Amino acid sequence: MSQELAAAPVLAELESVPWRKPTDAHFLRRFGRVWTVWTAGYTVPWIAAGVGLLILEPLAFPVAAASFAHAWIIPELYAYRGASVLRPKGKRNESGEPVAQGLLGDLLGHEARELQRDTGLAMERSGMGIWLVGQGGAILLPHEGRRAHCFCVRTTDAGLPPSDRVAHLLLALRTDEEGFATVANHSFCGAVWRVRRRLPKRMRPALDAARAARR
Amino acid sequence: MSRLIRMDHTGHTTLAEWSAEDQAAYDLAVEEFRGALDEGCIAVVSESRTEATQVRELPREADLVILRRPIAGG
Repeated sequence: MSQELAAAPVLAELESVPWRKPTDAHFLRRFGRVWTVWTAGYTVPWIAAGVGLLILEPLAFPVAAASFAHAWIIPELYAYRGASVLRPKGKRNESGEPVAQGLLGDLLGHEARELQRDTGLAMERSGMGIWLVGQGGAILLPHEGRRAHCFCVRTTDAGLPPSDRVAHLLLALRTDEEGFATVANHSFCGAVWRVRRRLPKRMRPALDAARAARR
Repeated sequence: MSRLIRMDHTGHTTLAEWSAEDQAAYDLAVEEFRGALDEGCIAVVSESRTEATQVRELPREADLVILRRPIAGG
């Protein structure tokens, strides 16, 4: 069996994205720094404009307040997009869910199984950090730093029950973590607290557990 | 008893079962396996609760071989 298992060590789906550079830990660190600079690039001008207005004309404070609001809201919208990768999408196909839940439960350990049943998210410890896997995406909390990386990725079969969608992503992640992150679309990188605020309440305990596991 | 299952809208469907000593059952499982791969499925053996391996040939000794659909960036 070992020869048969060794035959295909990388994720097959990588063939569909040959132009992408491998998303490894080094890439994620660099991506995180670029994202921080980008965030500063679109928030600092709004803050500077608000401060400038107040200095020039204190009575212009309503306009300055609007400027400060932009500096707050735009990163929040990005965080909302990031958190949305974990939101359930599409038809639920409930009839197959009990069977799918059983298979997913077999793939998970006891702790992760309980967490998945409560929150809908599967927590997975791996080389790059702690993953939370949902039906249509995953969030990675790398071992280093305080950022969360949000990835939009899904199975190509929309008719699957929710737990099978999670199982698809989990198996792909376990097969080849870097390949999984490379195939997925990187939709957000930023502070964990910012993502947490935008997650559905039911899912927040999973992010808290992942944060605790990272420490 | 080893099993070949495919995740689908029913949760999953068992396509074949075989044991290491039963060559005929294994051959039937191989046929199902190859048919599923031709349809675009990807075969995975879940080796532990942290690792899985993609396979292109049906491992005779694996307890469970899971067929999944490809994933893609959303």
